[in-house]
Amino acid sequence: MSHTVIQLDVAAESVQQTYGEAKQPRVGFFTDTSLCIGCKACEVACKTWNEVPEDVLGFTGKSYDNSGGLGANRWRHVAFIEQQPVQDADSFRWLMSSDVCKHCTEAACLDVCPTGALFRTEFGTVVVQEDVCNGCGYCVPACPFGVIEKREEDGRVWKCTLCYDRLKDDLEPACAKACPTKSIQFGEHDELRARARDRVEHLKAQGLADARLYGESPEDGVGGFGAFFLLLDEPEVYGLPPDPKDTTRDVGGMWRSAALASAALVGALAASFVGGRR
Amino acid sequence: MTLQDTTPTASRDGGSPATAPPTTQPGVPPKSNSYYGHPIIKEPTWTWEIPVYFVTGGVSGISSGLSFAARLSGNQVLARRAQMAAFAMIAVSPPLLISDLGRPARFYNMLRLLKLSSPMSVGSWILSATGGATALSTFGMLTGRLPKLSFASGGAAAVLGLPLSTYTAVLISNTSVPIWHEARHHMPFLFGSSSSAGAGALSTLIAPHSVSGPARRLAAIAAALELTTTELMDHHLGELGEPLHEGQNGKIAKAAKLLTGSGAALIATAGRRSAAAARVGGVLMLGGVMATRWSIYKAGFASAKDPKYTVEPQRRRRRA
Repeated sequence: MSHTVIQLDVAAESVQQTYGEAKQPRVGFFTDTSLCIGCKACEVACKTWNEVPEDVLGFTGKSYDNSGGLGANRWRHVAFIEQQPVQDADSFRWLMSSDVCKHCTEAACLDVCPTGALFRTEFGTVVVQEDVCNGCGYCVPACPFGVIEKREEDGRVWKCTLCYDRLKDDLEPACAKACPTKSIQFGEHDELRARARDRVEHLKAQGLADARLYGESPEDGVGGFGAFFLLLDEPEVYGLPPDPKDTTRDVGGMWRSAALASAALVGALAASFVGGRR
Repeated sequence: MTLQDTTPTASRDGGSPATAPPTTQPGVPPKSNSYYGHPIIKEPTWTWEIPVYFVTGGVSGISSGLSFAARLSGNQVLARRAQMAAFAMIAVSPPLLISDLGRPARFYNMLRLLKLSSPMSVGSWILSATGGATALSTFGMLTGRLPKLSFASGGAAAVLGLPLSTYTAVLISNTSVPIWHEARHHMPFLFGSSSSAGAGALSTLIAPHSVSGPARRLAAIAAALELTTTELMDHHLGELGEPLHEGQNGKIAKAAKLLTGSGAALIATAGRRSAAAARVGGVLMLGGVMATRWSIYKAGFASAKDPKYTVEPQRRRRRA
């Protein structure tokens, strides 16, 4: 209780500034799905390095996807999409994409966390402090991507840390290290964004008209992703939301509605006392 | 708001061309709007304690308001009964919330900081403050000691009871769950009026009929406000509101309206003269209050589970 503080602003850059001398350049991932071969080395490397418990053993029957999606025990997830618009062998194509926590500039999970367990690191990433989390679960439905999840037997929430421990030792995250095709690129956020813009122009020039960046722009509903993507189809095809939003952007309006509702309740109470006690 | 079906992606994943949308033109890739129909967002992890707390916390807050108003109007008997209701309802609230936590022993971390971006953080402080004020006020009323402090804390609990009965609406609305977030401006009215309906109904039950007039009128007025809000919210949600109308949850939502409406009607008519009729109405309304919160709570799960509720509105937003 002696440490109780009033915290007002939790968006990325302003919080990073509070680190002062310890502040580091913002880092992230550029996941270029046009280079993904679906080897799942990222999934394995992540699980191994971070000692993420096993959970899914078996086959889903959904192409080569056996882990289903991101969650408490799956911090990288490779999606497999088989497309064949017409019955013709030449029209067949694979889409493969390694999904990960987006480390949003305006992170919904971090905004709503009541304990401060979720915090913004000196690298601009979003990490859960496992010694603080009390398992209230608010971050779980707050995340617009369905990334963070409660580990039932443990009671707390877990997600990608962007290998916070490795970053502190000047190492790249395990998934990027293991990726054999440079589909997962780790680096300074600004530099990755410039690289991604060049790459998408290059692919378009080669005739991939549907290539697009997802989460690169700071203009989107979460202020841009720390970990963004190059996709070859609509985001929803990969199980990603088309236009994600940090709903805390609207929370002021919600409180105003609550104040209006409270005023209406005062009116209802007052009216109830007209006419005496019978 | 109209939604399309979430048809799985290309023909190969089901092994049959029948999984492709019928509008497919030769040479034009079939447009899918989900990944094998998987949800995009995660369902909440909350369990039954949470909707029950929505009722207990909210009913306590407005019962404090009813008690304080009764005290001001000189209706001491009603003031005492409403005070007991407020105390009982707030006393059970923290245990409900703590038992829902994944790590209940760490409940005190809720008061590590006051974080204005988190309605749960703000709410934890509101609940703590209201709980303290309600306990002080109840102590004073029962023992007759510290009358000034009891009066002041009764007033504080009455004022704090308003955000206590509505912050939970802000809490669930500030999530990515489509039905909750889209109804964000209706939810505080729904939660607040439902809390008032519950407070009125509970004091109608436990206070002598000769002094319970304000409680009965509060129950009736709040029920009218709640049912009106529900209609407006349904209209606003359109197809996003389906989880409140379909399946078992649809039945619960319908039961909520029937119980609230019939209970309020009974209280407002026969209940004016007959204590028995008023109490039957109170019981019906309390059932309605619980069913309302339960249906809103469960609708959030269905809304999170089907990706179409997340994808379609966002697609439209992106195109706009």
